[in-house]
Amino acid sequence: MSEIVFSGVKRVFKRDGRDFPTLDGIDLTVAEREFVAIVGPSGCGKTTCLRMVAGLEFPSEGRVTVAGNAIIAPGPERAVVFQQFALFPWKTVAENIEFGLKSKGMAAEERRATIAHYIELMGLQGYESAFPHQLSGGMQQRVAIARAYALDPAVLLMDEPFGALDAQTRTVMQEELVRLARRIPRTVLFITHAVDEAVYLADRVVVMTRRPGRIREIIDVGTIRRAENWDRLERIEEVMDQPSFVHLRTHIWKSLREQQQPNEH
Amino acid sequence: MTRAESWTLSAAGFLSLFFVWSVIAVSGLVPAPFLPSPWQVAERFVELTQAPFVGFTIQQHLWSSVLRYLMGFGLAAAIGVPLGLAMGWFRWLDDVVSPLFEAIRFVAPIAWVPFAALWFGTGIGGPTLIIFMGAFPPALINAYRGARFVETRYVEAAQTLGAGNWRVIVEVLLPASVPSIVAGLRISAGLGWQSLVGAELIVASSGIGYLMVKGQSNISTSTVMAGMIAIGAVGFLIDVLLRRVETSINRRRGR
Repeated sequence: MSEIVFSGVKRVFKRDGRDFPTLDGIDLTVAEREFVAIVGPSGCGKTTCLRMVAGLEFPSEGRVTVAGNAIIAPGPERAVVFQQFALFPWKTVAENIEFGLKSKGMAAEERRATIAHYIELMGLQGYESAFPHQLSGGMQQRVAIARAYALDPAVLLMDEPFGALDAQTRTVMQEELVRLARRIPRTVLFITHAVDEAVYLADRVVVMTRRPGRIREIIDVGTIRRAENWDRLERIEEVMDQPSFVHLRTHIWKSLREQQQPNEH
Repeated sequence: MTRAESWTLSAAGFLSLFFVWSVIAVSGLVPAPFLPSPWQVAERFVELTQAPFVGFTIQQHLWSSVLRYLMGFGLAAAIGVPLGLAMGWFRWLDDVVSPLFEAIRFVAPIAWVPFAALWFGTGIGGPTLIIFMGAFPPALINAYRGARFVETRYVEAAQTLGAGNWRVIVEVLLPASVPSIVAGLRISAGLGWQSLVGAELIVASSGIGYLMVKGQSNISTSTVMAGMIAIGAVGFLIDVLLRRVETSINRRRGR
């Protein structure tokens, strides 16, 4: 079991003795092995939602649970891929992947095999002993994804993982992630501000309102994806050409746009 | 400016110092015992390497100074760095140690002389304590600052990868703080070496500082100067060595 449940989650920041609500009553269930993307305007608290599952922040009110257990601290069963990669610059690619495996108490032989497996899966062969700064952004994010998947986590948390990449690299990484997510299904919470990306990757897309963040609507993409079997299409642009994809994307765009204040463009 | 030009200027600085010094010494403006000439000092230095003065040759004095120094500096690094890192991670430890530390670090190392002599004697222990007092603060402070200002994302990444306190300190705070720690140890090394000589002036029965004090009481100013030169040269060597280490570490980290 690895279901994520937000129930009545509120989050308030205190500054200068005043309360600033950032999240206002989030109720959401991410089912076992479901891929849920959250989109929303900047500052709507979507990253805070992810950080609360990771155990890096805590709700002011309400509860966040994974597999029924309230979250009290970070742990390797809830792996995180950060926007800025957060690879350890003083460790090699292999050592970065190994870091979490050591926490799990894996024996050296098994660690070596696991590292080799994920290096291969993410196309990182030949870079085992490279340091992060020697790699491009795309390659670094591959390492970060390998590091997360290698933990064999119940839950994967991705915080705008492709936000710092250029458009072409981003496309390749999105295709890779779909391939990976279908091959190794996990409960995924994916934060992004790119609507295309959300529709392409997720089973359900959660649209949030601007601050204080609430859930505006939840769009089921998975039903259409399975009905039309998008996964048979290898390239992202083919998926994005599907009329149903265009329809969903436009719908979500409108939902986001309607919240914009008149002085914004 | 090219490297050669800058070396030339440095050499010119040294030469003019020696020139002015020689002129004053030769002119007779200052009585000879007050200011020996450079060659008298050089002569005395060579003499000291061969004939023992107050029991030992200058090399032996230097060696006993260096031993104490390594003890004091080694202890300061061995205690200061881990303690600083731990203080940077555990808030409660910071709260316990910081006020004590802030109060003690403004007591000049030399002020420990009476207790150093009383508790540890004039052999190796007393001076070691004083060197430790000089070298400890920068070692601790820099490790502490390094740990406090490690980018949050590395700490968070480690925690989400299941690392506990120990692994966060050893595998994240320590490597992330290396540049700060090395810079701190360089300052430590300098202050330690300075405190050593100060300590030996008062609380020792061998060592370069001891040699200088005895030179003074024998009104042999050239002996005192020979000691000063040895101190300066060794201090300079220590700094060059640590700067090398610092550069090579920073280069290996790709910065």
